[in-house]
Parts: sequence; structure tokens; C-alpha cells
Amino acid sequence: MTRVGRIRLVVIIAAIGALEVACRTGLIDRRIVIAPSDMAASLAGILASGEINSDIVQTLGVIAAAVVLSVIFGFALGLLIHALPRVREVLDPLFATYYAVPIFIFYPVLIAIFGLSLVPILLIGVATAMVAMTIATLNGLDRVPRVLTKVARVHRMGRLATALRLQLPAAAPYLFTGVKLSVSYGFIAVIASEFILAPAGLGRDIADAYADFNNPRMYALMLFLLIVATFVNMVLHAWDLRWAERRGREPS
Amino acid sequence: MNREVASNASHAQLGGVTRIYPLAAGHSPVHALGPVDLDLRMGEFFSVVGPSGCGKSTLLEILAGLQRPTAGTVMFEGRSVMGDVPDGIGVVFQEDASFPWLTVWDNAAFGLRRAGASAAEVRRRVDDAVAFLGLRDFARAYPPQLSGGMRQRVCIARTLVLQPRLILLDEPFGALDAQTRLLMGEEVLRLWRRTSATVLLITHALDEAAMLSDRVGAMSARPGRFIEIIETGWMRERDSTIVREPAFAEITGRLWANLRGESIKALAH
Amino acid sequence: MSAARRAADTLAIAIVLLLMWQALHFVVGETALPRPVPTLAYLARLVTTARFAENAAATATAFAVALILAYGIGLAIGVWMGAHRLSGAVGEPILVALYSLPKITLYPVILLIFGLGISGKMAFGALHGVLPVALLTMAAIRNISPVYLKTARSLKLSRWQTIMTVLFPATLPEVVSGLRIGLTVTLLGVLLAEMFASKQGLGFLIMNAMSLLQTEEMIAVAVLLFAFAALANALLLWIEHRLHRRV
Repeated sequence: MTRVGRIRLVVIIAAIGALEVACRTGLIDRRIVIAPSDMAASLAGILASGEINSDIVQTLGVIAAAVVLSVIFGFALGLLIHALPRVREVLDPLFATYYAVPIFIFYPVLIAIFGLSLVPILLIGVATAMVAMTIATLNGLDRVPRVLTKVARVHRMGRLATALRLQLPAAAPYLFTGVKLSVSYGFIAVIASEFILAPAGLGRDIADAYADFNNPRMYALMLFLLIVATFVNMVLHAWDLRWAERRGREPS
Repeated sequence: MNREVASNASHAQLGGVTRIYPLAAGHSPVHALGPVDLDLRMGEFFSVVGPSGCGKSTLLEILAGLQRPTAGTVMFEGRSVMGDVPDGIGVVFQEDASFPWLTVWDNAAFGLRRAGASAAEVRRRVDDAVAFLGLRDFARAYPPQLSGGMRQRVCIARTLVLQPRLILLDEPFGALDAQTRLLMGEEVLRLWRRTSATVLLITHALDEAAMLSDRVGAMSARPGRFIEIIETGWMRERDSTIVREPAFAEITGRLWANLRGESIKALAH
Repeated sequence: MSAARRAADTLAIAIVLLLMWQALHFVVGETALPRPVPTLAYLARLVTTARFAENAAATATAFAVALILAYGIGLAIGVWMGAHRLSGAVGEPILVALYSLPKITLYPVILLIFGLGISGKMAFGALHGVLPVALLTMAAIRNISPVYLKTARSLKLSRWQTIMTVLFPATLPEVVSGLRIGLTVTLLGVLLAEMFASKQGLGFLIMNAMSLLQTEEMIAVAVLLFAFAALANALLLWIEHRLHRRV
């Protein structure tokens, strides 16, 4: 591990350690934050009992579904718009503004339309994540060097072959960035939905635990979500780094 | 495989080729090239030199079938070339066209694999090309990890593997420093001798054209037309040391006499 | 592209969105999605009511304070981590990891610390905004071309002069970019807080309207928030573009 990496590890461990000490010595009120070791113990217990298994499946399942749909439709939409430059010009302000407005605020509207089920959660997840994929697709296709299209013609490749064997691999790093963003946004949207109002799910569990003043349970669940989200983001980031190295460009 | 003198048989012809780019928003049409006549002899090394913007790249792309001429005829091996790249033509572009997602070896193998050759044939030809261009130690590397000169070699390897009969080079060494260019020029000569292909090189560097070619076409400023086509008379077995020959100075002198005025015109555009 | 063309395109989008809204209304019915024109009329009436004014003021206050906190703390962290190489190298991945976390997960902690009042909303909003401001400020400072610093030294500028006349203008466009994104997420943070646990604010209005099945009010407030966010973003973007042209 690099020196910087080691320092970082020390900083993180020290921070957690400080929190632990502060909680144990009563510096921090137990009704506000419990010690990290207690969080971990509580989480272990909850996981062992299997009581939140269905919630885990639901939350992660909805996130996964939202991400997959967002990536597929976002990419398809990006392809389509890229082929229609005038349409793209017109839509440009929309793309520029999409992530500036709180799209999530529409979640209650979706509940009013579709009722309290997984549908509004999935929809808001897709609505949040899909456009990031589209923007990344447009970006990636833009950056296919024009000389590659000429090379395709010199090799007498048809349109489909050119798209699959040249344009797609050339755009791949940017597409991957889109996937990364979709995952991130998917996580955020789905968990926020569950938190605010949902039939079930990990976010709902945390909200319930908060309402019940059940700190050990609440922190255990929070810890679980944070670990999963961090893990997924780290894996994606590591892949991004590896690809970027191979391509000789900066990772995003 | 080595012929001492390029035969007089014609390999490709351009007859009255003209290219006019149509109206873009708010601009008048651009008469980029021509009319140009050119008779490329089988197995010769022909360079086109001219100032920036004179249309030399356009000439190459029309010959390759990447663009259609607005007027005139293009023939390659007896058949008309119209908007499609015919079999047997290889092109090396000015920009880096190496595929960053494939290794050097896979880059070189790309065209041949697509043509459906057997794995053994692919391996044989690609190993050969990779070795010939001095890329053997880098075969498993990825282009972004290599220098600009190496990346151009990868593109040349990719073209070479397909054994084209006409090789078109569009200012392939534009991005390289002067000394590397001279060495790369020698590489191209080796390539030419080995494949016995006909080579058309586009360049703005007079010395490069004078050193490498059997014939040099000096092109006017836009719209490009041939002012003069000079026969160099070099031996086939030549390398960069011919820059010492008095004939070299004569040829470059003649080229510059033709082109100096044109370059001034081009600067004024 | 010319400004006139851009404006025309934006208008075109607005019209298309309104038409889509109208079409969707036909599909899902009045109770689910009211028509655009009546909704906008409702909005026009709503903004004049005292009820709206109270809630809007609550959100505005929380948002303003959260923004000041986010900007202040974010800039400070960003400058420090940008100038101090080691801190930047150590801290950046941590900030990036925090940035992509669903921070709503941490909201209960904020509630426990700050209680259910307005300070919780401010803290939560600021928590959202700090990260992009810090990250982009840090990047801006790191990206200062070394040749600027060499030039400043060769001109024998004092430390203060270097900062004010060279470093500050050089980093400004990127910093403004961070401020723009920070504004967006801070607003979102405040609204999320109001949607979950508040008896006041525009976020609360929306949730309240949902429970009373008043879709007209829900959408009216949402549209208002969209318009506000879009305008604020456009303004900062315009400033950003002007700055980029200068640099």
C-alpha cells in the first residue's frame, strides 16, 4: 500500500476509534450515537437472525432493477439522440438542467398515481439514474475519434460492424462512467424513497427504528447500508481506474 | 520480390478530378481540389507536396474511395472507384487511429481477422508484420502506453498485414519530431521494397518527399493542381543518407521554387 | 448557437413538456394528474396565501443558511486540501466516497443531534452541499498551471498579491462550478429533510398534499421548485461561462 494509502487508513481508523472512545466514556450521549462496536454487534445479530433478509432483497433488488433499466434505456436514448443532431440541440438545455432540479420531489406524485408500492420507487429510481446514462452515452459517442470511422471504411466494414467493433469499444470508458453514475443515483433515489414512504425495505426499516427510539437497530441498519454502498462504489471506482490506465486517460 | 525499376504499367489513374465542398451554413462553396490528372505507375513511390489546405488529403481520400469527386474519374486496377474503398488499398491516416482497447498485436490482426482468415494465417502474418516494424517487444502492450511514433507503427502494421497493393499515407509523420521522421521515412522505404506495393505519400515536408519518392508532385495552393511532377531517379535501395547527394539539394530546390509562391498564397488565406 | 435560437429551443421544450403533461393527464385521469393550465392557475393563487408564505419562508431560511454553511465550510476544506498536497491526496477518496453515499441514510443522526427543528434541516442541507464545493475547489486549486506561479514569482508579487491577482481569478470558473452543483444538492437536502420529518416548509407541503390527495397542490409546488432551481442553475451557469471566456 502506498504511503498515502496508509495515512488514509490510519486517519479512518483513528476517526472510528475516537468515536468509539467518545461514546464509551459518555462524552457523546448514547441516546444520540452509539459506539461503533455496538453498531457492529447489533448488525451481526440482526443479520444472523435473518429477519431483514427480505428487506435486503427488496431494496437491493429494486436498486438493481432501476440501474439495469436506466443503463439500457439511457444508452438506447443516447444512441438515438446522437443520431439526430437537431433534436439533440433542442434537448440540450433540458440535459443541462435535469440534474439541477430536485426530480425526487416527484416521488409523492408518483405515489398518488400508482399507490404505495414498489412501482413509484422503481420509477423515481429510473427517472433519476437514466438521464445520467444518456448524457454519458452522448459524451462517449462524441469522443469516438473521427479517424476511426474512416478506418472502418478502409476495412470495408458495414454500419453494424462499425458500431459494434469500433464505436462501442471506443466509447466504452465513458459508458462505464455512465453506469457508475447510474448506480450511485439509483442507490440514492431508492433509499430516499424508502425512507420517506414505502411499504418495506431497508430505508423504511431505518425510519421505523428511528421512530421507535431503537438506536442499536437503527445504527446497525445504517451501517449495513453504508457498507454496501461504499463497497459497490469502491469496486466500480477500481474498475474505472483500471480501464483508464489502459486507455491512458484520467478516470472520472 | 524486388524489382529494380518501377514498371510503366499504370496502377491507378485520376482523370480531371475535382472536389468542390457544397454550401455550409452561411458560407460559399469551397473549391478544394483540381482538376487533377495523375497516373500512378505500378510499384512506384509517389509523393504529393503542397502548402496547407491545398487539398492533398482530399486527393488521397478520393483515390481511396473515402470521398467522391465532384467531377472526373478515378480508376484503380482497371475498375472505377466511387465512394467505396476497393479491395487492395491500405490507408494510414495522420491522426492516431490505433485502437486503445486492443493490444498492439490485436490491433495489427484486426483487419485480417475480419476478413475471416484462419488463425494460423493470422498468426503468421501478424507476427511477421509486428517483427518487421520492431514492435515485437510491445506486442502485448496497449497503444496509449506507447509513444506517438510507435502508435503510428501499429497503424502501419495493421495496414501491412492485409498486404495491400496500393498504400496511401496521409501525412503519417506529421506529429513526430524531425529526426524521428527521417527514421520513420526509412521504415516506409523498407516497407515499400518488401511489399512491392505502389505507395502514395502526402506530406508538407519537401525533404521527406524528395528523399523517399520516385516521383514528386508539387501541388499549388487551393484549389490544388499539380504544378510540376519531378522524377527523382533514385535507386530503389535508398535510405536517409541520400540527403548528402547533390541531386537531393537540386530536387528540394526545384520543389521550393515551385512551391514558395504557393505557400505564400496559402498563408494569406 | 445564437442566444435567440437557444431561447426558442427552450421555449419549444417547455411547450413540449406541457403537451406531454396534458397527454399524461388524459391517460391517468384527473385525480392522479390534473391538467397543466388549472394547476398553474392554482399555483398563481397559492403563492399569495399566508400558508404558502410561511412554508416558503421556512424553506428559504433553511436553504439560505445551509448554503452559506456549505459554501463556507466547503471552500475552506477545498482550499486547504488543494494547497496542501498530502491532505488532498489522503482526503480526496474519502470525500469522493462520501459524495456518492446516499446521505439520507445519515439523516436520523442529524435529527438526533439537532432535533426536529430548522437547525436539523440546515445541517442536512449543508452536509449535502459541502462535498461538491470542497471537491471542485480542491480540483481547481490543484489544476492551477505551475507556469502561473512561476510568472508570479518572476514578477516578484507578494503572497497576498499572488493569491488575489493570479490564483483567485485562475480558479474562479471551476469554483463557481462547484458552487452551482452545491446549490442544487443543498436544496435537495433541505427538501428531503422537510419531506421526512418536518411540519413546515415546501417539502412538507408536498407530503401533506399527498396525504390529502391534493395532487394539484403537489404538482404546483413541485413546478415552482423546479422553476426556481432551473433559474438559479441557469444564472450560475451563465456566470460560469462568462468566467471561462475570460480565463
